[in-house]
Amino acid sequence: MKRISTLVLSGVLCLGLLAGCGGGTASQPSTNPSDSGSTPSENTATLSGTVNTDGSTSMESVVKALAEAFMEANPDVTVNYSGTGSGTGIESATAGTCDIGLSSRALKDEEKSNGAVENIVALDGVAVVVNPANGVEDLTVEQIAQIFTGEITNWSELGGEDGQIAVFGREAGSGTRGAFEEIVGVEDACKYTNEYSSTGDVIGNVASNPNGIGYASLSAVNDTVKAVKVGGVAPSEATVLDGTYSIQRPFVMVTKEGAELSEAAQAFLDFAMSADAADIIAAAGAVSANG
Amino acid sequence: MKAMIPGRSGKLSPKEALEWIMKVLFLICGFIAIAFVLLITVYLVISGLPAIREVGLVDFLFGTRWASTDQTDPAYGILPFILTSIYGTAGAILLGVPLGFFMAVFLAKVAPPKVAAAIRPAVDLLAGIPSVVYGLVGMMVLLPAIRETFNLAAGDSLLAAIIVLAVMILPSIISVSETALRAVPKEYEEASLALGATELETYFRVTAPAAKSGIAAAVVLGVGRAIGEAMAILMVAGNVANMPSLFSSVKFLTTAIASEMSYAAVGSLQRNALYSIGLVLFLFIMCINVFLNVFLKRDKEG
Repeated sequence: MKRISTLVLSGVLCLGLLAGCGGGTASQPSTNPSDSGSTPSENTATLSGTVNTDGSTSMESVVKALAEAFMEANPDVTVNYSGTGSGTGIESATAGTCDIGLSSRALKDEEKSNGAVENIVALDGVAVVVNPANGVEDLTVEQIAQIFTGEITNWSELGGEDGQIAVFGREAGSGTRGAFEEIVGVEDACKYTNEYSSTGDVIGNVASNPNGIGYASLSAVNDTVKAVKVGGVAPSEATVLDGTYSIQRPFVMVTKEGAELSEAAQAFLDFAMSADAADIIAAAGAVSANG
Repeated sequence: MKAMIPGRSGKLSPKEALEWIMKVLFLICGFIAIAFVLLITVYLVISGLPAIREVGLVDFLFGTRWASTDQTDPAYGILPFILTSIYGTAGAILLGVPLGFFMAVFLAKVAPPKVAAAIRPAVDLLAGIPSVVYGLVGMMVLLPAIRETFNLAAGDSLLAAIIVLAVMILPSIISVSETALRAVPKEYEEASLALGATELETYFRVTAPAAKSGIAAAVVLGVGRAIGEAMAILMVAGNVANMPSLFSSVKFLTTAIASEMSYAAVGSLQRNALYSIGLVLFLFIMCINVFLNVFLKRDKEG
C-alpha cells in the first residue's frame, strides 16, 4: 500500500509540476529578433546601428523574416520589432519615436496630411475556403460576413446542398483572423463553430468536413480545399496584386515626410522594397508588392 | 544529518569522504526538486495576481464572457473554462473509471494468466502513446463519427473531449487499481468463497471494498491527468469559449492558455489573464494533491 501511495503521490506531483511548467515555458517569446543576427560573419559591413520598427502585429512574421535576412547581410545592424498595432505604429512613425512604422492597412488621408508616407512592402490576401464537395463557388463579401456572423446558417440559403454551416476560424489574436475580420467588417462579431490554433488545422478540418468554411492565408491554400471566388474573382497572387480580389490588405512601412532616416533604417527600407525581398516575403506568407 | 559530520578523528578516510560527498549530492538533488515546486508556485502567484486584481476576482472567476482580443469591449470571465474543465474531467471519470475498474478486476482476478500477460503490455503501451496522437486519432475518427451520428455541423465538442480523456486515463486507472486488487490478502477471498459466495460476488463484495483506497487513488490520479491534459483536447474540443454543453465547441483551462499564449503581447492584460488561468489550474491540481494526501493518511490511520 505504501509503495502505491508513494507512486501515486509522485505521479500527481509530477503532473502538477508539468502543468505548472506549461504556463511558464511558453511565456517569453523573443520580441527582439536581434539575438538571431548575432552570429559573427566575415562580411565587410559598413552599416551599423539600430532600426526600430513598431506597429502592426499581423506584419510580425514578414518583418521578422526581413529583419533576419537583413541582419545576416549586415551583422552590425540590429532591427527591433515591437508589435503595438497599426494605429500606434503610424503614430510613432510620424512622432519620430521609431524609425519605421508598420501598418497592415492603407493610410488614411488625415494620416498622410500629418506627414506619414506610405511604402507598400507587401500585400496580404486571405482566401475563404470550403470543402471541395461543396457546390458553392462564388460568394460576395456581404454573404461571407453573414455566414461568419451567424445570419446565414445553412448552405441551402447560398445555393448549396442542405447542411448546417460549420464556421471555422483562428484563435483570438491571430493575424489572419484579425485581417479577415477587419476586411470583411465582422470584427469581434463572428460566431465560430470552432477555433483552431493553426492554419493547417483550419484547412484540415475544412477538407474533412463537407459543411465547413474557413479562411487561410492565400499561400497556405492547397488542393484539399476549394478557395471560393469572392465577388466573382478567384484568389490568386495575380488578382491580389492587381487589386481585383477584395479580401486583401497592404502591409505598409510608414516613414515621416521630410525626416531623413538613419543610414541603417534607409537601407532596411530599401531592402524590404526591393525585388530581392520578394522570396522572403512570400515565405512569410504574403505577396510582395515590388517583386 | 549527524552522519554528515566528519568522524571523531577529524580526518576522513577516502571511503568516508565519498560517503559524505554523495550524501550532500543527494541532499542537493532533493532541494532542487523542492526548489522547482516553490519557484513555479511563486512565479505563478506573482504573474497571475495582477490580472485578477485588474479584472476583479468575482468577474474573473464567475464572468461568463471571455473576449480577450475584443477591441471595444474586452471581457475576461473564465467561468466557461472552469466549468468545461470540471465537466470534461467528471465525464472522463464517469466513463473511464467503471471501464478501467472492470478491466482491472478482469486482469487481476478473472483472466487466465496467459491472457492477462498479453493484455497488460497493451495497456502499458496505451499509457505510452503521446497525447498528440490521441488528439490526432480523435480528430480523424471520432469527430466525423460524432458529426454524423448526432447530425451536427462539426464534431468538435465536449463529448469528443470526454471520450478522448476517458481513453487517456484508462491505463493509469487500470494499473493502479489492479495493483490494489492484487494487494488484498488472499485469506479474505478464501473466507468469502468458503462461506459460499460465488467468485464474482467475492471480487465485488470483498476484494473491491478491501482495495477501495487504492481504487480511489486511481480515480484521483485519473482526475489529475484529465484536468492537466491540453494537447489532445486542443485538437478535438473546438476551442470556442462557450458555456459547456455536450455537443458544442468548448475551451478548457489548459487549452485557453495553450491557444492564446503565442499571440498575447508581453505585459498585456490578455497575457496576464492567461497566467491567472494558469494559477487557477495550479490551485485545482494542488487541491487534488491535498485531497489525495488527506485521503491516504486517513486510510493509513484507519
